[in-house]
Order: sequence, then structure tokens, then C-alpha cells
Amino acid sequence: MSKEIYFDNNATTKTSPEVLQEMLPYFSEYYGNPSSAHSFGGGVAKKIAVAKEKIAFLLGADSIEEIIVTSCGSESDNTAINSAILSFPEKKHIVTTKVEHPAVLNYCKYLSGTGYRITFLDVDSLGRIDLKELEKSLTDETAIASVMWANNETGTVFPIEKISEIVKSKGVLFHTDAVQAAGKINIDLKKSHIDMLSISGHKLHSPKGIGVLYLKKNTPFKPFLIGGHQENGLRAGTENAASIIGLGKAAELAKKHIEYENSEVKRLRDKLETALKNNIRLVKINGDIDNRLPNTLNISFKNVEGEAVLLYMNEKKICASTGSACATGSLEPSHVLMAMSVPYEYAHGSIRFSLSRYNTEEEVDEVVKIMPEIIEKLRAMSPFKD
Amino acid sequence: MWEYSDKVKEHFLNPHNAGKLDDANVVVEVGSAACGDALKLYLKIEDEKIIDVKFQTFGCGSAIASSSVLTDLIKGKKLEEVKKITNQDVVNMLGGLPPAKIHCSVMAQEAVEKALKVYYKEDLGENLQPGEIIICHCFKVSNFKIEKAIKDHNLKTVEDVINHTKAGGACGKCKPDILEIINKIYKTQGERKMTNLEKIEKVKSVINDEIRPGLQNDGGDIELVDFADNVVSVKLKGSCSGCPMATMTIKSFVEETLKSRIDKNIQVKEVR
Repeated sequence: MSKEIYFDNNATTKTSPEVLQEMLPYFSEYYGNPSSAHSFGGGVAKKIAVAKEKIAFLLGADSIEEIIVTSCGSESDNTAINSAILSFPEKKHIVTTKVEHPAVLNYCKYLSGTGYRITFLDVDSLGRIDLKELEKSLTDETAIASVMWANNETGTVFPIEKISEIVKSKGVLFHTDAVQAAGKINIDLKKSHIDMLSISGHKLHSPKGIGVLYLKKNTPFKPFLIGGHQENGLRAGTENAASIIGLGKAAELAKKHIEYENSEVKRLRDKLETALKNNIRLVKINGDIDNRLPNTLNISFKNVEGEAVLLYMNEKKICASTGSACATGSLEPSHVLMAMSVPYEYAHGSIRFSLSRYNTEEEVDEVVKIMPEIIEKLRAMSPFKD
Repeated sequence: MWEYSDKVKEHFLNPHNAGKLDDANVVVEVGSAACGDALKLYLKIEDEKIIDVKFQTFGCGSAIASSSVLTDLIKGKKLEEVKKITNQDVVNMLGGLPPAKIHCSVMAQEAVEKALKVYYKEDLGENLQPGEIIICHCFKVSNFKIEKAIKDHNLKTVEDVINHTKAGGACGKCKPDILEIINKIYKTQGERKMTNLEKIEKVKSVINDEIRPGLQNDGGDIELVDFADNVVSVKLKGSCSGCPMATMTIKSFVEETLKSRIDKNIQVKEVR
């Protein structure tokens, strides 16, 4: 097989050709500034509004007033937390989990150095938080609670509606990082008590460099970027018009394919999982198998090291990720697997496969064929047995 | 992850001497699964010579490649030659390693050292010596091991120590202790007067390892011409030579670097 097999869609996704097509005229042809008085710019503003309608529709938001476009998921996450602490300066406590994306985790760690008390909720071996612990942690001092909708490494889906209800009942603002959930599972914000929610364009087949912060109507808000009046004064900076228009198209396509994600993509993921489990000894599936994103498989191969596995996979043009120490930049394995108390001999050998609607049955079959050879070769080289 | 040299990739994908050696008379293991890398070395030693060697490694690409070149380096060699092999030889054979992966080559050297101790029935030093304490609890690294690494490899920063020994690389709580060890070592070293010969060696290594790469990035180069009475004579080459900024370059960059690394009395002189 000459082309890559791309099973790393939780890292980033291919920009859909339809999305790119939609964007192209907004570079050299319709390049007006949406804020301009002339209709050359105004036309772009109208197109952006249509795109926002599609994004609002994907999320089940009430109106486009609730959609703030940002530059990425990290900006959305930072903005949400920053807004809460600026809106309630007297509240010096934040609740989050140990398994958040660094965009939330590291911002909270930074704030803990500036006088904030942070509760990092523990997770169990499946990566789930204890809802009673959550409830107990919330106080009058809590400025915001931020819990991800789905975990990027394991795909574990949190019961976000129940969580938002608990947080709401305590009168605390609630934010969720839905970067991995959007486009993969159904999101209906009308039904929820979610005050803020982050998504990222490049995880759902639109380009990198575009994100969204959903802000429920009447939620207190303070901007992160201050300057012009763009995004109703909630986020300054000239609109990334082409990318917003692209994200609109991507949102429309995501909505259309959500059923496919949960049937066909899930079937391919399950096939991959079953075959790897059947053909390779000493494996462990990480995450909450019954409450998991349909595209994600985090699997550990005992006694081999993840980066070594990835290097061999790379030779076969298979793209995936690992939570091993060698890949985290630190010398410890992934913070998510460590929080789940995955034993070291498994944590170092974890590989994340994340599929998309662009993957095929042939690709799954190819990976199923190649993986046992790779693991066998590395295990033969490993001093550890069983 | 993809900063590996072609040599590393070559040894990783097709490692030499991988597997078990059934008639080995020395077998040692260093590292552990918890640490993320471990190396088991099988040696057949006869008449003070390594007749055959095999390895088994659990670890990333550079750990496997380091083990592979290590076996190439020691196979067929007399033990007295093997004793001289350092992790730097492993790094060189691999055409370099990314800084964060240097500890993989250190693991290879440790395996050889341990194997020789086992062969000569020496104390393995696995029990803590008097005065030895564990500094990094994540990777179980002692103050003695850190001190040895600093002295052997001229490590200057906590980052260097992490890259060589892994100490401080996980939770990071022991970083202040590591810094204290570094400061202590350079303070005591500073008190002892370097011999002229040591100084020349040091000047050479600082110029080659720290100064030249910086100049070469800008298309220039420098050559050490002479060293006497703390005066370092250098010749500037490439785009540095004849550059009006050259004097400043020498004064501010070369001299400051040499002063801070070796002796605050060093002067730099440009010769043409």
C-alpha cells in the first residue's frame, strides 16, 4: 500500500474537499473585511452569519449570538476559564479533572500559581469521575467547573448532561471541552445546563486555526482578546473569514454524518479492536468501553514501548499516537493513563487509533494484518515476558 | 520523535545481535519497565575477550538502536578496550541522538559497566553507600550517580542531568536538589586550580562544542591558534573574517563564554 493509513484523527483530520471548495473564493476573490461598510465586505459578513447558523445547528445552540469564533480549541478553553475568573473575581476556586486536555489542565496549573485553589478530580480505572466527589467539591467559592465531554486519549465520554445539572444545582458556571465530542456524538445544547463549550475546527474536517466558544445566552462573560467590536465585542480580531466559512460547511457535513460515525465508523473501530484482541496476546483496552467515542481505540500492548511501535508502524505508513513516556516530552507516560492507574508495563505500550469517516475497511484489514508482526518483533526483542 | 538520524533508524529497524544468547556466561539487566526502558545484555566472555553478545531491549527507538550499536562496539573486543567505551561512543556511532534521548546511550554504558563488575565479581554498588541518598524518587537515582554524571560529562544544567540520568524528568520535585548538586560541584572544582594542560583541553572543547556551532549557524567559523598565559589566540574564518562586527563577536561571545566556563581571567586575541 503506497498511501498513508491515517488512524490519528483525534490529533487532526483531513480538511474535507467540500470544505476547502467552500473556502477558496474567500481568499483572492471575496477578500473584503466583514466589518467594512461597503457591500464587498458586507457580503462576506453575510456568508459568515450563514456559517455560524450551521455551527449553531450542529451544537443545538439557540442562535448565532451564542457562537463566538476563536483561533483554536485552546483559545476557547482559556477564554472560558479566564472569563469566569474575571466575572467572579472574589471566587478563588476552580474544579476540573486530572484527565483534561493541556489547554484546560495547564491553564489551571498556571492559575494555581497565582493564588487559585484548583480541585483536580480523580478518575477511576475506566477514566470516569465520581459524581459525588464532583458535587462535594463545588462551593460558593467556585468560579467555574470545567469537565471535558470526551477524552482525547481514551475516547471515554463523560455524562456531561448529568454533570452540568449537578454543577448548575450548585449555582456554579459550567464549561466543557467538547473538542473531541463535536461531530462524533450528538450534542444538543438546548437540553443541557452547559454555559460554555469549546470546539476546534481541525478535529472535524475543517482547517487548523479555527475554533468556537459557545456561550449560553445571559451567561456572564469577559473577553480574552480586547480590541475591535468583532464577535459582538466578545472576541476582538478581524474574522478568519475563509476558515469560519469552512467550519460552517464542516459542521453541516458533521451533522449529516453523525449517524454514519456511530454506525459505520464505530463498526470499523470495533472490528479493529476485536481483531487486535484476538490476534495479539496480552493487550488491554484503555477507557470506558461502554461509554466511548465511536472512532477511538486506545489499546496497550504489554512489554513493548509505544514509540518503538509507532516507529515500526511509520515504516508501514500507518499513523497513530502513543501515550508512552518517550512521546509525552516528559519521562512519564500520559497523564491520562497515569490518572487511570494503568500499570506501567501497559501504559508505556499504549497506542491510540482514531478513525474518521474517510477510513475504509481495507485500511482496517491492512492494520490488522501488520500489527501482530510488529508487536511480535518487538516482543522478541524485549527482556520482559508475560 | 522524528529527529532521529538515519543511523538510528537503520539500527532500530534492523538491530544487530538482538535476542538471547544461550551460552552466555554473563547476563545483566539495567533499567525497568516502570522507567520506560530496560536492557538485558547477554555476553560470552573468554580469555578476557567478548566472544559473542546479544541484547534484549524494552524501550523506544533510540534505546533499541543504542543497544544495537553497543553490541557492535564490544563484540570481539578485549575487556580492557571495552572498559574504555562510554555513552559518547554510542552516541557518535549513531550519528547523534536528540538531547532528550541521551539517557538511552547512558543505559547502554551502564549495562557494560555492570557486566564487567559481574564478570570480575566486583560489588555492583546496588546497595546505597554511606552518604548516598536517593534524589529522584521517580527513577530511583542517587546523589552519587548524579554527581558522577555531572563530572563525567561536564553537565552544566538540570536539563543536562535529566537528559543523561532521567533524574528530575518525571514529577520534577527533585530539580532544586539537582541544581544544588551542580552548584556544589562547580564551586569545589573552581577552588582547585586547573593545570595548563587541563585548561587547553577545556578551551578546545568549549570552542568546538559551544562556540563553533553558534558561529557556523551564521556562516562563520573559528580556529584555535594558541593558548598561553590565559590569552586565547583565535583565527576567524568564513563570513566572520573581515566582518566589522568581528571584534565585538570575539569580545562579547567567545570571551564571555570562555570566561564563564573556564577562567574569568581569560582574554581573547584575534590573529590574522
